[in-house]
Amino acid sequence: MSWTFVIVLAATAYAFKVLGLVVIGDRRLPPVLDRCLALIPAALIAAIVVKDTFSVGQHLQIDARAAGVGAAVIAAWRRAPLIVVIIIGAAATAGVRALA
Amino acid sequence: MISVWRDERMRQVLSACVTLGLAVGVFGISFGVSAVSAGATVAQASAMSLFVFTGASQFSAVSVIGSGGSAFAAFGGAAILAARNGVYGLAMAPHLTGRLGSRLAAAHITIDESTAMAAAQDDEAHRRMAFWVTGLSVLLFWNIGTLVGALLGKAIDPKVYGLDAAFPAAFVALLFPLLRERRSARAALIGAVTCAVLIPFTPIGVPILCATVGILVGVPAPTPEGVAA
Repeated sequence: MSWTFVIVLAATAYAFKVLGLVVIGDRRLPPVLDRCLALIPAALIAAIVVKDTFSVGQHLQIDARAAGVGAAVIAAWRRAPLIVVIIIGAAATAGVRALA
Repeated sequence: MISVWRDERMRQVLSACVTLGLAVGVFGISFGVSAVSAGATVAQASAMSLFVFTGASQFSAVSVIGSGGSAFAAFGGAAILAARNGVYGLAMAPHLTGRLGSRLAAAHITIDESTAMAAAQDDEAHRRMAFWVTGLSVLLFWNIGTLVGALLGKAIDPKVYGLDAAFPAAFVALLFPLLRERRSARAALIGAVTCAVLIPFTPIGVPILCATVGILVGVPAPTPEGVAA
């Protein structure tokens, strides 16, 4: 990882925060843009879960991570706190790996 | 300040905000471990947590780079995720109306946790307090956690402890509350399927960018409940 990458990402992240809170402020956006932007977290987070659970480079693969993330899904569905979900996910993955 | 501590409700809000900060700090440890195992130095991991300071983008960037993706793909996914803080800024703007300097500082801590905690309060004073206390405690503990994790990361193999699954597990926890809303659930489904289909055929990181197509679910105007189309 390069420092340029870290600096450019930091500047971009701050620019988005300032754009929303300070530059645009409470001026209104077109409703269609509002509706689409609100869906960014759902679309991207779901994609990241798929990638981090099932991919190894450019291959799809089912391994110990799928068991861990499956356990995390059950924990999240039972409304366990964030940190409990993380620990269950990691522990189940480590457990399956140790048994395999 | 004395009146703050006499106010029972304010005390509850403050303690919830600090507790959330602590939980995020533990999560920060897994970021530190992952960043270092993806090839970042301890200083780079810490700089990310201090200056990028938006967990999902940091995790996404590190995850793409760690699995061999290009810096361009890593940046794209991270930047799109960072864009949501702009949306949070829009939501918070009416409540954070101080001087320019204080708004520029508030911008840095406009993230999932501070926005969610503020949104959960029902009057202006508690809302502002929840925003600042949550944002600053997350900033503090997230950075302590990152540093601890980055130092640990050199000493342990994250796979043995299942820490590679800590990423997606955390995202599952963040995703679940969103799925209760029908449009978000559809956007999530489209994002997940798009990503899975593209993984074998496109460079690493690109499937995440393409998953953005899921937000187009938001284009049609909502139909009122009970007036099914």
